[in-house]
Amino acid sequence: MTATGIGAAVKRVEDFRFLTGRGNYTDDIDRPGQAYAWILRSPHAHAQIMKIDTAKAAAAPGVIAVFTGKDLQADGIGGLPCGWQVNNKDDSPMAEPAHPALATDKVRHVGDQVAVVIAESKDEARVAAELIAVDYTPLPAVLDMNAAIAGGALVHEDAPDNTCYDWHIGDAAAVDDAFKQAAHVAQIDIVNNRLVPNAIEPRAAIGDFDTATGEYTLYTTSQNPHVIRLLMGAFVLNIPEHKLRVIAPDVGGGFGSKIYHYAEEAIVTWAAGKLRRPVKWTAERSESFMTDCHGRDHATHAEMAMDKNGKFLALRVATKANMGAYLSTFAPCVPTYLYATLLAGVYTTPQIYCEVRAVFTNTVPVDAYRGAGRPEASYLLERLVDRAARETGLSQVEIRERNFIAADAFPYQTPVALEYDSGDYGATLDQALTAIAYDKFEARKKKSAKTGKRRGIGFSTYIEACGIAPSAVVGSLGARAGLFESAEVRVHPTGSVTVFTGSHSHGQGHETTFAQLISDTLGVPFEGIDIVHGDTGRIAYGMGTYGSRSLAVGGEAIMRATNRIVDKARKIAAHMLEASEEDIEFKDGTFTVSGTDKALSFGEVALSAYVPHNFPHETLEPGLNETAFYDPANFTYPGGCHICEVEIDPDTGEIEIADFVAVDDVGRVVNPMIVEGQVHGGVAQGIGQALLEGCVYDGTGQLLTGSYMDYTMPRADNLPAFKVSTNTTLCAHNSLGVKGCGEVGAIGSPPAVINAIVDALWDDGVRDISMPATPEKIWQAIQAGQRAAAAE
Amino acid sequence: MSYAVSMTVNGKSVSGDVEGRTLLVQFLREHLRMTGTHVGCDTSQCGACVVHVNGTSVKSCTMLAVQAEGADVTTIEGLANGDELHPMQAAFREHHGLQCGFCTPGMVMSAIDLVNENPDPTETEIREWLEGNLCRCTGYHNIVKSIEAGAKAMRGG
Repeated sequence: MTATGIGAAVKRVEDFRFLTGRGNYTDDIDRPGQAYAWILRSPHAHAQIMKIDTAKAAAAPGVIAVFTGKDLQADGIGGLPCGWQVNNKDDSPMAEPAHPALATDKVRHVGDQVAVVIAESKDEARVAAELIAVDYTPLPAVLDMNAAIAGGALVHEDAPDNTCYDWHIGDAAAVDDAFKQAAHVAQIDIVNNRLVPNAIEPRAAIGDFDTATGEYTLYTTSQNPHVIRLLMGAFVLNIPEHKLRVIAPDVGGGFGSKIYHYAEEAIVTWAAGKLRRPVKWTAERSESFMTDCHGRDHATHAEMAMDKNGKFLALRVATKANMGAYLSTFAPCVPTYLYATLLAGVYTTPQIYCEVRAVFTNTVPVDAYRGAGRPEASYLLERLVDRAARETGLSQVEIRERNFIAADAFPYQTPVALEYDSGDYGATLDQALTAIAYDKFEARKKKSAKTGKRRGIGFSTYIEACGIAPSAVVGSLGARAGLFESAEVRVHPTGSVTVFTGSHSHGQGHETTFAQLISDTLGVPFEGIDIVHGDTGRIAYGMGTYGSRSLAVGGEAIMRATNRIVDKARKIAAHMLEASEEDIEFKDGTFTVSGTDKALSFGEVALSAYVPHNFPHETLEPGLNETAFYDPANFTYPGGCHICEVEIDPDTGEIEIADFVAVDDVGRVVNPMIVEGQVHGGVAQGIGQALLEGCVYDGTGQLLTGSYMDYTMPRADNLPAFKVSTNTTLCAHNSLGVKGCGEVGAIGSPPAVINAIVDALWDDGVRDISMPATPEKIWQAIQAGQRAAAAE
Repeated sequence: MSYAVSMTVNGKSVSGDVEGRTLLVQFLREHLRMTGTHVGCDTSQCGACVVHVNGTSVKSCTMLAVQAEGADVTTIEGLANGDELHPMQAAFREHHGLQCGFCTPGMVMSAIDLVNENPDPTETEIREWLEGNLCRCTGYHNIVKSIEAGAKAMRGG
């Protein structure tokens, strides 16, 4: 391993600019002559728009224009498209109601966009927006999924019973048969709480139009600028791709919420063309809460059938998933193909059946948030496995070990479509047990008891599918896009290298990790490598960053392009050294003729590629620039074991995370420092979900958790130091052997935390507790549990 | 109505005409075009906008520009000496105390104020001090490590 190669904890290239205030985030950009947009949003969860009077606003100081949905309609602007079609049980397509960029006849959630004011300053736009008179007739709002299905008000006329789809996977009859054979059945009803993603950078967008070239440019806070160009250009604004450039510069966190095409992007781009002026919009945090897509929000009943030894025979799951008021870009696939396909977990359960009903409500649209479907699956399964342990009298460790897929069983075909390629679940569990000193847990529990505290330990042995995704597979499952990645490696005449990647970094450190791949493969100095991302004008194509795909898919594309560089350079070296190509060896940045002392540096070959004075042009082209598109053969399957130990004060319900261990198998680790950081962040979001975070609407559809005053973000003093390590099995189908690390923390941790709480309070009669498990909820659960125990 | 303000920012005298409602952070970002200081919320919770005013950390979204009249303001842009990072900045880089970089300016400015007040803070003191700074990327683990190391470096150790 070299100091800057694969496996080295290289300090990040991007840090200098971020630490000195020289980052370039969307809101940091100003375009000459720029105007400012302010969006008027619905104060109602559900209402008919009778009339919109914009006259006073249009006449207000500084106002350039006021537009409503009718203006967009008049220009033939389409609605926001959905990128994934899920079919019903009878194979009919899901309900896919229109999602106008500005509401026309109805508003469907608080924050739904109604009109836009464009003015010389943001303050003037904002003040003028208050002068728009909207005549609303409020309609009953439907918020609860059960009420929505049971004949509540219709969010969309063309979605009967507020149902988007009623989908299933697996063999229901085989599962029913297995349940008839069961010696034990464990069951659980759980809610996976709705979360607000809360990247610290609020969304922003600037539309620009070049009157000379007719080219539009959109600067936006996006995880995938090419996807936005495709969706907005082809489906919303009818701008051909060669006339539309989308730039996602430095982006301040995404976690899924910046994948989607949002109305504001289309509005500022369209308005810039109409007004022949750049138009900028930046969200305030209150707008982020009511317009960034939310995450999770499932309600599930699940049952596990077991034989007398605690071996899992079959799993039956019924889930309701909240879509919110409109279908966001990838919303339909989250509670289906990113969720139900993970229900085998790390276990050999031979039969699984899952049905999912996706429901419209008058709430903010729900889409992927860090983990997306997989945290919901792991939470359900790992809670149920703990219940199964209680049901059978086995320990939390033993029930898992009895049901693990064995380390020698790969490739392993699950009953829910996926084929796992590698893993060693027993080894990650053992490593985690050692890290938390499990053998001394009982002693720690006794010690806590002496001070009147309850101590509990909770496990989660999870798996996820990421590195999304094989285009053929997702295409057959309804994706309206391929999920490959592209890379271009450009070697300059003096041997420095620029890599153009379709992946997008918004905190992941790609500029460092990807440069390590190049440094390792080409042997060129780390300082001579630049990674370019986030600009459709510079990068051939890209599907962007989500689903822990950047290294497993984007990195692999870079490796392919780099290998082509080596192949081409070898040809050039052979010519220059007057040897046959087969005799050229390449190692540590030097080409040699085997068995001789004839050698050329990579830099010399690069220079020759651009100064090809004596190239045989029939057989050897000048230049050293290669592109690759990589479409993976399978998903990747990171997994691991998270163990949480909690101490609870039963008098107050106050909970302390006494210890948290994460042992993750993310495949080969390119930069261990960055991998640890990714796991820390994911675990923090998982603990946040388990203990602190939860989105709350009141009965009329007002968002009660609409700011950082109300929505509990994890703060430094809510969290412990984490004990993070890796236990590696290599991915079997990419050359790097990498799996992905961005989501494991958020997927693995919530069930470990909640299982620990239930373990701590089991003897108090507590059998379940919902997320977020706040001190008040814990205290109430203890009271109820003790009352129930006393009554027995 | 506009007001003339002048102050010192990172050692340089600056002045401008602002509205009464103009926040210090707006003055920095929009008038002076110093975009290192960030805005992450509208309720004074996230701390991305922390700067030093007369040597003490202040959320610049919670102070009017006119209130900073005559003040000595330091922002994230004013810490490094050319390419040489301030010890706290260097510690954040060394210990991977940042990911997306958006909360980072506020974190660093807040951390320096902590160490000015308490040169050798414990882990608990660091975590409690960071009450007013939100980070969504790091889980704070490496921020705490960075501040421990930055404090040590600032003590000259």
